[in-house]
Amino acid sequence: MDDRVILRVGTKILSPFILLFALYVQFHGDFGPGGGFQAGVIFAAAFVLHALVFGLGNAVKVMPPKVAYVCGAGGVALYLAVGYLSMFRGGEFLNYSYLFGVYGYEHDPTHGQHIGIIGIELGVLITVFGVMVALFYAFAGRRRIDP
Amino acid sequence: MIDLVLEVASWISIVAGLFFMLVGTIGVLRLPDVYTRLHAAGMTDTMGAGFLILGMMLQTIEGILHGQDTWWFVLVRLVLIYLFILFTSPIATHALARAGLAGGVEPWTAPTDGDA
Repeated sequence: MDDRVILRVGTKILSPFILLFALYVQFHGDFGPGGGFQAGVIFAAAFVLHALVFGLGNAVKVMPPKVAYVCGAGGVALYLAVGYLSMFRGGEFLNYSYLFGVYGYEHDPTHGQHIGIIGIELGVLITVFGVMVALFYAFAGRRRIDP
Repeated sequence: MIDLVLEVASWISIVAGLFFMLVGTIGVLRLPDVYTRLHAAGMTDTMGAGFLILGMMLQTIEGILHGQDTWWFVLVRLVLIYLFILFTSPIATHALARAGLAGGVEPWTAPTDGDA
């Protein structure tokens, strides 16, 4: 044990609140300032803080690089899935009104708009989080950390 | 009457917060080395932001008296922001000071020759 007690304890106390604040920014994005990109960066900042305080090796144990890569691709996949789903339901690409069916016919269009924007923002959060963590690992390790 | 008291108290708090912010900024610009500047920056975070948030909380309580119904969210958010500043600012200052010591920055001392 080295003597960085304040940093260790502070990081342990604050990390869950940083993650919670990221989710707050995420779900507040429907009504005011905030949204997927900012929330993803804040979510990644918790892991970057963990890596800075506890070392890169411990951070890789908590959040393996493979998971970060999968998150970076999976978020884009979720975004595209919502877009193509609304397209296959009869609307344009990313026209959420058609997400649960034909406009004003099978389902309330505002319901589709609400769920659609949540899905899109969730995809943005996952992608930004994964890419930010992967970038940090790449720069901190000075090499590609292969899973 | 009570809302006048709250208004005056909140503006005194906000002006005090701005004063500490100004003093901290002058300190960051004018003080001689890393550690003394850190002292000024830490004071900006705790005292300046603390007084500003206290003033905003008093404004919110005044809004309750005027019948605003969204006061609960604002008040809770202000308390949470103050708590997070209270936790994070000293930790960040501590980490910066440690990094300065580990990097070999000598603390500034008054020059001894002559009358300093």
